[in-house]
Amino acid sequence: MIEWATIITLMLLTLALALTVVRLILGPSLADRVVALELISLIAVSFIITYAIQVGRAPFMDVALVLALTGFMATVGFARFLERGGHTDE
Amino acid sequence: MNESIAAVILLIGGAFVVIGALGAVRMPDLMLRMHATTKAGILGGGLVAIAGGVFFNESEVMVRALAILAFVVLTGPVAAHMIARAGYFTGAPFWERTLKDDLRSNLDKAGGYLYSAQEQREGKGRPQQQAPRDDGE
Repeated sequence: MIEWATIITLMLLTLALALTVVRLILGPSLADRVVALELISLIAVSFIITYAIQVGRAPFMDVALVLALTGFMATVGFARFLERGGHTDE
Repeated sequence: MNESIAAVILLIGGAFVVIGALGAVRMPDLMLRMHATTKAGILGGGLVAIAGGVFFNESEVMVRALAILAFVVLTGPVAAHMIARAGYFTGAPFWERTLKDDLRSNLDKAGGYLYSAQEQREGKGRPQQQAPRDDGE
């Protein structure tokens, strides 16, 4: 059962990633793109955990933990950059 | 038994992530997109992390899964607040059917400063303006 669950979850996450990339490309303002990037980093964390379950190796959870932290740092950095006045139209 | 529980939690988490991504594509403006991505995305990612902890059934992996959950749940709202604030200051366009935007009159966009209601009364802020759309109801 877990094999099918991981395969279906990987398909769902791929669909979510494709939808988010559409928003990343279309996004009218830079803030929209930052929101899409934040969601992409969260989807990547989910991907790594699902892959760890699929191959049955627990150490991959550490990678997901580090990536979750890094995604937050990137988002905060972008938000500070926006607020201090970068190029906001694109 | 553990595998079955982990499979169910994993599928629910993946479904929530898809719902969040769907909201990111379909919603009409920045704030509504963030409404979809932060809540549904964080719930989905947290459920996937818990599924990982349940599947491996070791205390050290469960601690890592709970740490991922705690990081995502604690940092998600902070990041969302910062992006929303930055987007509001930089003038991200709102949906044309937005009914209420009380903060707009307190915003000094050039200085990047939000005046409080008391400063408004003392005349430090800009004069009160109409909400973007105010047609009765």
